[in-house]
Amino acid sequence: MAEAVFEVFRGDRKGGQPATYRVPIAPGMVVLDALHHIQAHQAPDLAVRWNCKAGKCGSCSAEVNGRPRLTCKTRMDALPLDKPVTVQPMKAFPVIKDLVTDVSWNYRVNKKIPPFEPSPGTEWKMYQEDVDRVQEFRKCIECFLCQNVCHVLREHEEMEHFGGPRFFVRVAALEMHPMDSRSRTRMLKEDLGIGLCNITKCCTEVCPEEIHITDNAIIPLKERVVDEFYDPVLMLVRKIRGVKQGSD
Amino acid sequence: MTTEFETHDHDVLIIGAGGAGLRAALGALAQGAKVGVVCKSLLGKAHTVMAEGGIAAAMANVDSADDWRTHFRDTMRGGKMLNNWRMAQIHAQEAPERVRELEQWGALFDRTEDGQILQRAFGGHTFRRLCHVGDRTGLEMIRTLQDRGVQLGIDVYMECTITRLLKDGDHVAGAFGYWREQGRFIVFRAKSIVMATGGIGKAWKITSNSWEYTGDGMALAYAAGAELMDMEFVQFHPTGMVWPPGVQGILVTEAVRGEGGVLRNKLGERFMEKYDPKKMELSTRDVVARAIYTEVREGRGTEHGGAYLDISQKPADYVKKKLPSMYHQFKELADVDITKGPMEVGPTCHYMMGGIRVDAETAKSSVAGLFAAGEAAAGLHGANRLGGNSLSDLLVFGRRAGLAAAEHAGKISNTPIDSGQIEDSAREMLAPFERKNGESPYTIHRDLQETMQNLVGIFRNKEDLIRALEELEKLKERAGRLSVEGSRLFNPGWHLAQDLKAMLTVSAAVTHSALAREESRGAHSRIDHPGLDATWGTKNNMIVREGSAMTLRQSAVPELPADLKQLVAEEK
Repeated sequence: MAEAVFEVFRGDRKGGQPATYRVPIAPGMVVLDALHHIQAHQAPDLAVRWNCKAGKCGSCSAEVNGRPRLTCKTRMDALPLDKPVTVQPMKAFPVIKDLVTDVSWNYRVNKKIPPFEPSPGTEWKMYQEDVDRVQEFRKCIECFLCQNVCHVLREHEEMEHFGGPRFFVRVAALEMHPMDSRSRTRMLKEDLGIGLCNITKCCTEVCPEEIHITDNAIIPLKERVVDEFYDPVLMLVRKIRGVKQGSD
Repeated sequence: MTTEFETHDHDVLIIGAGGAGLRAALGALAQGAKVGVVCKSLLGKAHTVMAEGGIAAAMANVDSADDWRTHFRDTMRGGKMLNNWRMAQIHAQEAPERVRELEQWGALFDRTEDGQILQRAFGGHTFRRLCHVGDRTGLEMIRTLQDRGVQLGIDVYMECTITRLLKDGDHVAGAFGYWREQGRFIVFRAKSIVMATGGIGKAWKITSNSWEYTGDGMALAYAAGAELMDMEFVQFHPTGMVWPPGVQGILVTEAVRGEGGVLRNKLGERFMEKYDPKKMELSTRDVVARAIYTEVREGRGTEHGGAYLDISQKPADYVKKKLPSMYHQFKELADVDITKGPMEVGPTCHYMMGGIRVDAETAKSSVAGLFAAGEAAAGLHGANRLGGNSLSDLLVFGRRAGLAAAEHAGKISNTPIDSGQIEDSAREMLAPFERKNGESPYTIHRDLQETMQNLVGIFRNKEDLIRALEELEKLKERAGRLSVEGSRLFNPGWHLAQDLKAMLTVSAAVTHSALAREESRGAHSRIDHPGLDATWGTKNNMIVREGSAMTLRQSAVPELPADLKQLVAEEK
């Protein structure tokens, strides 16, 4: 039976290094299967997050041969087996143990976002063409791979000033919901720091749900912020009428 | 030994953060209770995200003749009349309001041409009834409930596992558990506890269930003295993936058949004509699962031991729009383009109809202060669940459990926690570290899965079930001697050692109940007792702990009132 050699990061907050494991390969096997094999036969304490093993829950994110992936959807037959397969935890988040990282920052950002708020007396009629766009955003499985590859978070560690692609997608889903009545442009600009995104599209490339994060979520939101805060004509109108900028 | 632990106080503690747990939390919050939700994984990853096809609710948006009565009748017939009729009635009556509420909290369902929530056909449902979002309805539901809960301020304890319920006399008083991250202990004091822990599929080898589905809620409730009901009724979903081996068991949504998918054997025969000529592919799950299993056993299976499921007669764009995750799943994991050719599918352990016995109106169990909802509870689905009735179950009875738990909490003062129970729980947790050179929990889990798969599967007989009980005894004994390597820091082997105890308890409950029921009904098929038995049709099996012994008795199925009896008997 064919065999693959794995180099899997073992360690915790204090540090660590890759450990080598040899795993037999079966047809259709994915990297997560190999990690489970290692747990069952060689390292029962190897820490891995996973739930559905079907690409629906977004738990098993890691970096396979340096590429951020869902390990449940990364097939062994798509990887070169003439050299070791490396599996590392997501780099943008602090390691807890082995492949498990501390993603709690994401949950804290999420709490800042003003929730869905329909107008009073809404008649609940919506047409498919009006919800298509938002349904794309709601496909997000919160694997946080987009957060992991975003330069603003991964290299510049701007966690304090930036929300990251996942939460621009979430805000876009609320802003473009046909029944929502709130404006979140001020918080996009000030709390989520959307201006820091320089649209390199790294997030879009890694999205396992193939959400067009940059084109369909971030750019339209940036446009809303610009319209609201930097449009010279609107600024003049506001000045004359005395309307506060970006009021909710 | 003095155990170190942190303590948290809640009026209502909810164990599990899937659809039922989150809806229960919202229900309890609405009553002004202080609510805590504990979940084994991160918030939003619970098994509900894997639900694909839709939420069954008689909204009559597509078929205007639909109403709660028809939904009730479909549910009772699907459950082979073993259902708790009052639960089935409440469920059918309240489901539409629960769906509308989700929409008002921001969920975006697929739409009809006139702007209403679109509904699709599903097995056993007379009308097109399932409100859906493509084939990712569960994700939409859990995100909506999660966002609402976060907004209203529920305390969520993520990656935290409960290993024992604490009691004060006959009343639940709290729960003992541990944080996965550091392995530290945690104690909850609570006036009411809601079990929303889902199912037990991980005791079988081929399953659509995630690692979390180890029956902990049922085992914890059983240990605390609660009755378990209908444990013999384990649903094997007819269509799981069968090839390649790495993906065996992953769910292929019933929506494929709902959208017109056709089943064939290797001879090209549309074999459902033999098993249910009227409903064909949209027969109930028990019937379709047995049909596929029988075709394979009799030599008409596909190359990898399944049946062909084909939706490629529909336009490719339609398939990609209505079944996007199935399209990607087969393309990425099996190199099959489902818009061009058939999928290979076979039965996979999917859902537990049985569970904690509850009161229909309030979801309370037989232990004071303990409630249960969703898959962890029994009664609504009887001997077989209809597709789509699970998501609606979570909403309807999750809400009721949350309301009743909060009301109960309002009536009592805080219950004291006995430190002896805490010390016991801690000692039990740490024991696997102290034993050296024992077996790995992974080996025992693998053997348990083999046992349940081979001896307590779709078709059962007396000899197999007796052998299964013997095997389970041996496994239990081995589990008592296992040891765990490494530290308490995020240690999956240690966690599995805890989960194994729960799986062994529920596996024994399933096997005892299956051995007792000498008939075939719904998902329970006895080769040695192939037909329905009228006497068994009036009884539910109950499992209850007496000392350390698992005991079984029967209880009468609640009799339908005359008007509902007539309703069920009517031909539609």
